[in-house]
Amino acid sequence: MSIRHSLLALLSEGPKYGFQLRQEFEASTGDVWPLNVGQVYTTLDRLERDGLAESDDHDADERQKNFRITAAGEEELSRWLRAPPDLTQPPRDELVIKVLVASRLPDVDVYDVIQVHRRYLVQLMQQWTRLKDDEAHFDLAFALAVDAELFRLDAVVRWLDAADGRLRRASHESPTGTAAALPRLPRRIGAQK
Amino acid sequence: MSVLELRNVSKVYGEGDTEVDAISNIDLAVERGSLVAIMGPSGSGKSTLLTIAGSLEQPTTGDVMINGSNVVGMSRNDKARLRRRTIGYVFQDFNLLAGLSAVENVSLPLELDGVAMKQARAQGMSVLDELGLADRAERYPDQLSGGERQRVAIARAIVGERSLLLADEPSGALDSVNGEAVMRMILTACHGGVAALVVTHDAKLASWADRVVFLRDGKAVDETLPPQRPEDLLGLDAANPSES
Repeated sequence: MSIRHSLLALLSEGPKYGFQLRQEFEASTGDVWPLNVGQVYTTLDRLERDGLAESDDHDADERQKNFRITAAGEEELSRWLRAPPDLTQPPRDELVIKVLVASRLPDVDVYDVIQVHRRYLVQLMQQWTRLKDDEAHFDLAFALAVDAELFRLDAVVRWLDAADGRLRRASHESPTGTAAALPRLPRRIGAQK
Repeated sequence: MSVLELRNVSKVYGEGDTEVDAISNIDLAVERGSLVAIMGPSGSGKSTLLTIAGSLEQPTTGDVMINGSNVVGMSRNDKARLRRRTIGYVFQDFNLLAGLSAVENVSLPLELDGVAMKQARAQGMSVLDELGLADRAERYPDQLSGGERQRVAIARAIVGERSLLLADEPSGALDSVNGEAVMRMILTACHGGVAALVVTHDAKLASWADRVVFLRDGKAVDETLPPQRPEDLLGLDAANPSES
């Protein structure tokens, strides 16, 4: 996540002090992503250096500085909000790697490996759901952030379910077991560079 | 005493070469006030388990205890009475009667059980009110949104003194916001003392449950651990099995 652009977004509402920015950042993300104050001041220094934000007194203690967004900062914020993140490269997903490895090891029950991860993920989802049930009525930002996490975890569970089903089908079709039926993954998917 | 208890329940369909074990040796208890989810892929035995739990089908072996009474071996009439008075069902496709208003749908199970129409209607209104649906009471199913229809179906399932709610993919036909409203409503019913058993393949839906049991090829293969405190969320790395 871009702290730099999140701070610019908060400054676009009006001039603010660093401590205030930290509080508002955490509140606007439902306190799901805590931020230390050092990160805030380092980021503000860089925004100032790049001409995207400014303060009245350059020599004052950081805590005393009141920051505001510049015209260039407004432009950068607008550009960033509309720029799609680069999703063309699949992330190096540790869970995917573990299941792929488990599917090739003869002494490892890949379905057991899948179930261990499935259970863990569902437990995580239970906890997020419980938190949302407690607090969602009072904090919309928190509910949105928790929804994002629940959808992300749900996608991983769905992938595990799909992997489970695909491996079972492959093991039925291939008398030599699952490994022989597994195709090699292409090294790059969707990359246009 | 559990509201629902399955003891070593198995169900076999067919005979000889065509014999299929739909569910095998299932032990499961659902306590008053708790929500249990059964999660598994298509064909894992979820729906069979639910129909047996609801006494709609007889197990091949094992016992099904509802509020301490064994349903297996009960007469047809006794089972029908138990279903009317104790068990509420919620299905993916709502199953509301199109010619009846919301409140008429909700009070119908009471009327079928011999409760006077006026009294049944008053109880139906009371449940709709509890679940925030009082202003939809006179509407017919085709005048309700999908989410509202399912919420009316839940009201119908818990009206009267029902203690067991059985739901088969209750939010399967709904978008996620309406699905969440349905699960909140089931949870509200549980907080009121109902025991609920929900079967689903959807992890988002299952995550509302106090306990999730994983079903695979008719067997209960695993279940979630007792819930941790929400505060432990930030310390989850300690329990993370994905450490390299």
